[in-house]
Amino acid sequence: MSRPEDTLSADIHYNDTEARKYTTSSRIQNIQASMAERALELLDLKSPSLILDVGCGSGLSGEILSAVPPDEGGPHIWIGMDIAPSMLDVALQRDVEGDLMLADIGQGVPFRAGTFDAAISISAIQWLCNAESSDISPMGRLSRFFDGLYASLKRGGRAVCQFYPKNDEQKKMITGAAVKAGFGAGLLEDDPETKNVKYYLVLTVGGGSLEEKGGDITGVVKGMDDVDILDSRIQKKSGKGELKKGSKAWIIHKKEQMERKGKVVKATSKYTGRKRRIAF
Amino acid sequence: MKVLSLNFLTCAVKTCKTQSDSYPLHPKDAELVQDDIELNEAFLINLLPRIDWKALSTTATELGFPALPSTPPTPEDLRADAKTLRDLHNLLLETQMVEGKLVCASCGHEYAVREGIANFLLPSHLV
Ligand SMILES: C[S@@+](CC[C@H](N)C(=O)[O-])C[C@H]1O[C@@H](n2cnc3c(N)ncnc32)[C@H](O)[C@@H]1O
Ligand SMILES: [Zn+2]
Repeated sequence: MSRPEDTLSADIHYNDTEARKYTTSSRIQNIQASMAERALELLDLKSPSLILDVGCGSGLSGEILSAVPPDEGGPHIWIGMDIAPSMLDVALQRDVEGDLMLADIGQGVPFRAGTFDAAISISAIQWLCNAESSDISPMGRLSRFFDGLYASLKRGGRAVCQFYPKNDEQKKMITGAAVKAGFGAGLLEDDPETKNVKYYLVLTVGGGSLEEKGGDITGVVKGMDDVDILDSRIQKKSGKGELKKGSKAWIIHKKEQMERKGKVVKATSKYTGRKRRIAF
Repeated sequence: MKVLSLNFLTCAVKTCKTQSDSYPLHPKDAELVQDDIELNEAFLINLLPRIDWKALSTTATELGFPALPSTPPTPEDLRADAKTLRDLHNLLLETQMVEGKLVCASCGHEYAVREGIANFLLPSHLV
C-alpha cells in the first residue's frame, strides 16, 4: 500500500477533497472512533480533564473525548492542533466542541508548562518522520514535538499516541525520541501480526499522583499483552509477551476488540445558535 | 479560541521560550461570541489550581470584561457558590474569541485568529 506520508506534506495531502472524503467515510469514522476509545481507556482518566489532541484533524478523535458521560469520568475538554487547514475547516463545519489551532507539532507545543492532564494522538505522528521541504531533520522535528509535549503535560500526566510506523526503524525513531524527552514509554500492539495491527505509544510523565499510586509506565502496562517497555531511567527493553492463541485471555482480548469495532459513537453537539458580539 | 485556551497558550517563537512576558498573549481587535456549553463543575474544580489568575484577569480586562476579583476562588467557593461557578464557566468555556489577533508582548509576533482558529504556524527561522 502506498503511504501519502512518503510523498506529500500533511497539509497538501489533506486538501478540501481529501478532508471531506476522510471525514465522511463511515469505515474511517469507525476505525478512528475505536482507536480514540482505546487511547482513552489507556489514559484511564477518573474525572473531567483538559486534553490535547495532537493532529486532531476534523475532530473524529476529539469528539470521543467530548462524548464521555459523567459516570465514566467525562466529559473532557480538549484543544486540538493540526497542520491542515482543510481538516480544521471540516471540524468547524461539524461544530466540534474542542478548541482548534492551526499548528505544526514538529515546531513544538506552545502551551505553558503543566497545562494538560493528558494528550492523545490518533494516526498523526508518523507524519513527523518525513522531512518534507523544511530545513530540519525528522529527528529534530520529533524531538521538538516530544520535548514540547512533555513540558505541556502536568506531572503524573499521560499521553497515548496511536501511529502507523512505516517500518521498525520508524518505530524505534519515534519511541526513542519520546524516551529522550524524558517520558516513560511503552509500546502496545493490538492485533499483532495481522494487517490490522495497531501501535499505541503509551507515555507517562513522572511525579504527581501517578507515582503516589505506585505506578509509572510499568504500572500502566503491567499485565498488558504485547507491550514493550522502554524507559530512559533503566535503559533496558523488556521482552514482548504474547497471548497464547485460544487461551482465555486471548479470547477475552479478541471479544473486546470485536465489541470495540462494532461500536459507533455519535457525539451530539451542544452548541446552539451563535450570538455574535463585538468586544470593546 | 476559548478564554480557557488563552490562559495556557504561550508564544511559540524560539527566543521567547525564556521570556516571561511572552505569556499571556494579548488579544487585539478581538471579536467575541458566547456559546452555550453545559456546565461541567468537576472539570472547573480540576482545572482551578492550574489557572493563572493574574493572566486571566489581564485577558478578561483586555477583552472588555469587568475586573475579576483580586484573588481566585477556592474549590470550596466553587462548590458552595453557584454564581461564582457560572461566571467562571461563562468566562473560560463559553466565551470564544472568533476573530482578531493574539500578540506577544516580548517579540511582537501576531497570531491571527480566524473563525475561532488561532494560527500558530511559524516561518522556520523563528522556531
Ligand atoms: C489520519 S488524520 C487523523 C485525524 C484525527 N486524529 C482522527 O482520528 O480522525 C492525521 C492528521 O494529522 C495531521 N498532521 C500531520 N502532520 C502534522 C503536523 N506536523 N502537525 C500537526 N498535525 C499534523 C494531519 O493534518 C491530519 O489531519
Ligand atoms: Zn514572542
